[in-house]
Amino acid sequence: MRQHDVIVIGGGLAGMRAAQQAQAMGADVAMISKIFPTRSHSAAAQGGINAAVGVGDSWEDHAYDTVKGSDYLGDQDAIEVLCEEGPADIIALERMGVIFNRNGEGQIDMRAFGGATNVRTCYVADQTGQVILHVMWEQLLKSGLTVYSERFVTELLQEDGRISGCVALEIPTGRIEIFQTRAIVLATGGIGQVYYPTTNGLAVTGDGLALAYRAGASLMDMEMIQHHPTTLKANGVLITEGARGEGAYLLNSVGERFMENYAPNMKELASRDVVSRAETMEVRAGRAVDGDCVLLDLRHLGRDLVMTKLTQIFELARDYAGTNVLEEPLPIRPGHHYIMGGIKTDVDGRTWDPSGQGRWKGAEGLFAAGETANVSVHGGNRLGGNSLLDTVVFGRRSGAGAVEYARSVGWASVNENAAINGLESRIKDIFSRPSDGLRAATLRRQMGTAMNDGIAVFRNEEGMQKTLATIRAIKERLPEVSVHNKGRLFNTDLLSVLELDYMLDVAESVGMGAVTRKESRGAHAREDFPDRNDEDWLKHIVVARSEDGQAEVGFLPVTMTKWEPIARTY
Amino acid sequence: MSTKLDVYRFDPETDQDPSRKQYEVDLPEYGTVLEGLLEVRDAQDGTLSMRCSCRSAICGSCSMKINGQSRLACKTLISQIEHEGETITVDPMGNMPVIKDLVVDMDSFWDKMKTVGPYLKPEGPEPERENLVSNDSMMRLAVAMNCIMCGACVSDCTVLEVDKSFLGPAALAKAFRFAADPRDGHTEERLKSYVEPSGIWDCTRCNMCVQACPKDVEPMERIMDMRVMAIESGLTDSRGARHVEGFSNSVKHSGLLDEFALARKTFGFPKWGFELAPFGIRRLLRRRLPPIIHKGISTAKRVTRIFERLGV
Ligand SMILES: Cc1cc2nc3c(=O)[nH]c(=O)nc-3n(C[C@H](O)[C@H](O)[C@H](O)COP(=O)(O)OP(=O)(O)OC[C@H]3O[C@@H](n4cnc5c(N)ncnc54)[C@H](O)[C@@H]3O)c2cc1C
Ligand code: FES
Repeated sequence: MRQHDVIVIGGGLAGMRAAQQAQAMGADVAMISKIFPTRSHSAAAQGGINAAVGVGDSWEDHAYDTVKGSDYLGDQDAIEVLCEEGPADIIALERMGVIFNRNGEGQIDMRAFGGATNVRTCYVADQTGQVILHVMWEQLLKSGLTVYSERFVTELLQEDGRISGCVALEIPTGRIEIFQTRAIVLATGGIGQVYYPTTNGLAVTGDGLALAYRAGASLMDMEMIQHHPTTLKANGVLITEGARGEGAYLLNSVGERFMENYAPNMKELASRDVVSRAETMEVRAGRAVDGDCVLLDLRHLGRDLVMTKLTQIFELARDYAGTNVLEEPLPIRPGHHYIMGGIKTDVDGRTWDPSGQGRWKGAEGLFAAGETANVSVHGGNRLGGNSLLDTVVFGRRSGAGAVEYARSVGWASVNENAAINGLESRIKDIFSRPSDGLRAATLRRQMGTAMNDGIAVFRNEEGMQKTLATIRAIKERLPEVSVHNKGRLFNTDLLSVLELDYMLDVAESVGMGAVTRKESRGAHAREDFPDRNDEDWLKHIVVARSEDGQAEVGFLPVTMTKWEPIARTY
Repeated sequence: MSTKLDVYRFDPETDQDPSRKQYEVDLPEYGTVLEGLLEVRDAQDGTLSMRCSCRSAICGSCSMKINGQSRLACKTLISQIEHEGETITVDPMGNMPVIKDLVVDMDSFWDKMKTVGPYLKPEGPEPERENLVSNDSMMRLAVAMNCIMCGACVSDCTVLEVDKSFLGPAALAKAFRFAADPRDGHTEERLKSYVEPSGIWDCTRCNMCVQACPKDVEPMERIMDMRVMAIESGLTDSRGARHVEGFSNSVKHSGLLDEFALARKTFGFPKWGFELAPFGIRRLLRRRLPPIIHKGISTAKRVTRIFERLGV
């Protein structure tokens, strides 16, 4: 059995930042990741990272834009932390080596992004996430962090409700490893593959949310799923908001810049929920291209700008849509992109209520950060560029929180044999099923399609209930799923079954949150309840496991500091 | 669109030798090789193993040999390579041992990355805010930061095929990224270590890495950039640098290459005599030994003037 004071699960930006901070505080920390850290999906972030570092900007303005963007569902105390501490984190990243595009004075340059009243998105061309992720990885090499790469965490271990360790499958060898620890930071990323199609990568399967939920933590605002306005039809791949930030237009089939009708001030740069809805309305009004797309027009930006600041976009459009964006507009449509909801945490990443009042259900010793967590800075709708900032700020804070907690407690005990046997028998059971049975991929596609049919840009009771019923029916069939591969080495067939198991818990909680919220707020736009209803629904919805193991819905108040809810227009 | 894939298969736990398996998949327009392999793995044969994550050419997971050349499976459209033959062959990357099927052990790749000190080492007092540097100086690094560490260049590197100790194109491209960073305080020390054996002077300029790189990093060009940087900073006491200097001096003064003098200069005296003797004898037997007495060309002075005008 391996022992570390703090274990970070996840090698994306949030995980690396948490591990870096924990290590800097002198703790014995290790990071576990199911893919090599630089393969994490943070690498796919294109557009940039927000913070009020520019002259004339203020963190208060950033905070207000974020509160408004969240449709007032974000916790304002957390948003203040994000925006106030953000600039120092950006400066820290620059000093670690992030190259960032520069202005004429050699300072970090910024580009416009959606929902922002100021230009405050720092960027590296259109590969911001990749560059930051690589720089963070370099820093971990420099500090000699212990990394367990290609280990798939299958279970969190607890003693009397307190975290004591975790179980991991070493993917290249098929060996089971048990880890003992005082504190765990979950930084396992989003849930993308629960949807089909999605902008997210193949490893983004929401494992962490299910692991936390099974360990007793609460999942909050799960119905708040972001559909990004500009994704490619062929494979769901993202075209960054940075394209519109640099000045690209959205056109309908008759060549009209339709955003002028929906958001007269901000136009293409309104919040993502607003733009995605507008596109869908255009399609419904019969002004679509290619069936369900509208057009993103970059032609007027000119070759120089596109080839220096939007190079990846040029290539993605060429490779996956056969479109030369310098010469013709690119068909795009809204697609699943991000989950605002996640594991409920406080601003130090704790999943449990540290006041001891049990205001929400959590797992003591378990922290969470990044897309997997919900500190509640994004509320009903995330602003582009705020997620990378979330990973960096709250990754750091949860790393620090985990060290402080670890120092205050002793070791909780782990029954190593029982833990090994638990996973072994789970695998044996899967291997014992006939090889020609149901494929995990088949159910996964059914789940993804159902989610995208019922819980997407517009929603209604009937559609959501149908999706929820489909998810539950698929869950029933999980024991029938079998594998072709019964070997030990790099058995991705087995992983696909384990991942599906977690994804179905996540899908169900999204569905439960969605049918519960009877109003329209942020990304949750209901045709049957088209208005926001602050009187009844200005509150968080949480899903947690009840005593008898059933998913149960509860509520938590939204924290307000200085911004009263007002009507949201762009 | 129906596509035939011919795939390398090997599970060291059960197979004595690698084998090949053929699959047929139906892909939409803009279908990629990765989508083909996923279709195989999901529906036809779940025993197939490979790495993949982002499926948009940014995470570096899915490098493999496709029709013999290292490429990203997610960036390789079937339609792009159709003309290369009816069946697409898929093999694991080269220069790295196979774990299973298309999955290779990249430990040596990461270890070499680590040896170049791949992190910024600033010197002096921290600036109050961000470092003030020009956009151009950062964008020069962006070319190398484009590297997604997929391993394609290392897989196709011809030096590594014969000399496992060579740092290789990926690690050296990474080395460039730091050596050229104006915010780094150890440029000289870095260059000193990169001119050691197995470093920048061991590249034979075969250009394979440039062709293989899916992100236009052009690792070989980055290695050449560092050769220039090394010589400019006075690191002329390595075989490679002496070779370049000797070459240029000979042409500058005589208009022609003095091969004997060059060998003497590159290898140093008396080592050149011993190390190059067998090679010299072979060439002598084939009557291809250069003239022992070097005679310049008649217009050598004009060549010298060209050099002087160029300031070298
Ligand atoms: C295409 C795209 C573009 C984006 N662009 C932007 C942008 O411009 N600006 C912005 O602010 N945000 C952007 N986002 C959002 C942002 O990139 C993500 O929200 C953020 O990077 C998530 O980081 P993370 O560290 O939480 O998760 P990830 O980077 O996804 O990392 C998750 C980690 O968890 C590990 N893991 C998961 N499950 C397990 C398990 N069971 N066992 C062990 N390890 C596990 C994985 O190996 C991985 O290392 C974008 C997102 C996408 C998809
Ligand atoms: S899957 Fe990420 S580079 Fe191909």
